[in-house]
Amino acid sequence: MRNIWAICKRELLSFFVSPIAYFVITGFTLLVGFFFFNYLSYFQRAQQMAPMLEMRGGEAPNLNQYVIEGVFQTMVVILVFLIPLLTMRTIAEEKRKGTFELLITSPVSVGEIVLGKFASIAIVLLAMLSAALIFPALLVEFGNPEVPPILSGFLGVLLCSLGFASIGMAVSSFTENQVVAGVASMVTLLLLYVIQAPAESLGGTWAEVFQYISPIEQLQDPLRGVLSLKSMSYFLSMILLGLFLSRRALEAYRWR
Amino acid sequence: MIEVSGLSKSYGDYQAVAGISFSAQKGEVVGFLGPNGAGKTTTIRMLATYLPPTAGTATIAGFSVTTQADEVRRRIGYLPENPPLYGEMTVREYLKFIAEIKGVPRSATSKRIEEVMERCFVADVANKLCQHLSRGYRQRVGLAQAIIHDPEVIILDEPTSGLDPNQIIKIRQLIKSLGENHTVLLSTHILPEVSAVCDKVVIVNRGRVVVESQLSQLSREKSLEQVFLESVSQEDSVDAAA
Ligand SMILES: Nc1ncnc2c1ncn2[C@@H]1O[C@H](COP(=O)(O)OP(=O)(O)OP(=O)(O)O)[C@@H](O)[C@H]1O
Ligand SMILES: [Mg+2]
Repeated sequence: MRNIWAICKRELLSFFVSPIAYFVITGFTLLVGFFFFNYLSYFQRAQQMAPMLEMRGGEAPNLNQYVIEGVFQTMVVILVFLIPLLTMRTIAEEKRKGTFELLITSPVSVGEIVLGKFASIAIVLLAMLSAALIFPALLVEFGNPEVPPILSGFLGVLLCSLGFASIGMAVSSFTENQVVAGVASMVTLLLLYVIQAPAESLGGTWAEVFQYISPIEQLQDPLRGVLSLKSMSYFLSMILLGLFLSRRALEAYRWR
Repeated sequence: MIEVSGLSKSYGDYQAVAGISFSAQKGEVVGFLGPNGAGKTTTIRMLATYLPPTAGTATIAGFSVTTQADEVRRRIGYLPENPPLYGEMTVREYLKFIAEIKGVPRSATSKRIEEVMERCFVADVANKLCQHLSRGYRQRVGLAQAIIHDPEVIILDEPTSGLDPNQIIKIRQLIKSLGENHTVLLSTHILPEVSAVCDKVVIVNRGRVVVESQLSQLSREKSLEQVFLESVSQEDSVDAAA
């Protein structure tokens, strides 16, 4: 435990002296803000047309559906591109600087190295996503959205981001080159993100499999305010899989 | 303390270390010599549990570097060829991190850090970022890192490279004093250094041990320099004849 915390602290220190963390957090907040105000203006236009819709028997536009779900879903797309920037340096940088030799020859297990690094990224992501909660908070202050779906949606997106980070870390554990690590994680996450697209045309079991492994599909429940066992266990499995693969990759390196 | 037997390492077809055997007793300072590319760093990396050997065995403090690597890691201090510093940390922050991962008790940490900075002459740069240190200071911080947890066995890969003459003398004194109650294995290219600090010398060439001897036995007959040049060139001519 002490080792994990020591490595986590050291990683956080590196994050906050390097420009990458600031760049990622600022970029994320700006992008989310941009989309937030976009969705908000859609919603306003929909509201103006609402009387017409309601006459025809349609539903009144709903703030949660129009704005909050939209913002959370957009966050996931942005994370696909930004998380690799956070994870690409985790292992590659150590190998380049020679500090990997120090870690490996210290009485620290590979599992502790992986968990310490993951914990530091998790803290950065938690800070970044919490900062972006300002936008839903604005809605609560000035409008009347349902609050539970905001909270469950936030938890869903947080778990999803941790899953992405874990996968990104696993990908970067297999290479010594930061750029390769970054690009390969981005491609992996993008593939994961669009994997449900061919599901409809495929049909059958494959469609179900693709839908199951799609983070967007799995986010539907939390976005609607439901913390279902299915989606929670999906995101936890993604995190555990990434951690397991990272550990295997480093162990293989240790004994190559 | 260190027992090496038939240790070998191949990179693909190329055999960098070809069956090295030697030993070091408790409290001995052993100089590890050899021309460039002889396989010193490779051997040291295997002993420090960084690289797995392709054949042979080695034990440190009675623990195998392959099957009991965790036990070995707890008992060694290791300075790699390039000091493994985190540029974005200050020297003190860095040593604190090292103390944590090497298992120095929390209560003893700050005292140990000050002690070791004093011993390795880095107290004056304690609050400087590692990335701003000169080559010699990086080397000294690397040395501080290797001894902070007071390990039984200290393994140093060219500890005095990059130091100024004044520092070389001081660091040699430090190594000699470490040798009083630790086992030290150090690689170097500086022959007078071996004469100055070592009890024993192991000379390798092309991945093989060509001389293993107590220093006191050597110097009675020939100078270390003669021995080194002869053993290394002998191998060369054997090779050329073959
Ligand atoms: N990762 C590697 N892949 C292939 N060959 C390697 C690798 N590392 C070292 N070698 C080769 O192994 C041989 C021994 O290298 P090593 O670094 O152990 O030498 P050394 O005795 O430490 O030399 P120096 O005095 O220059 O530090 C060299 O010929 C080197 O080119
Ligand atoms: Mg070397």
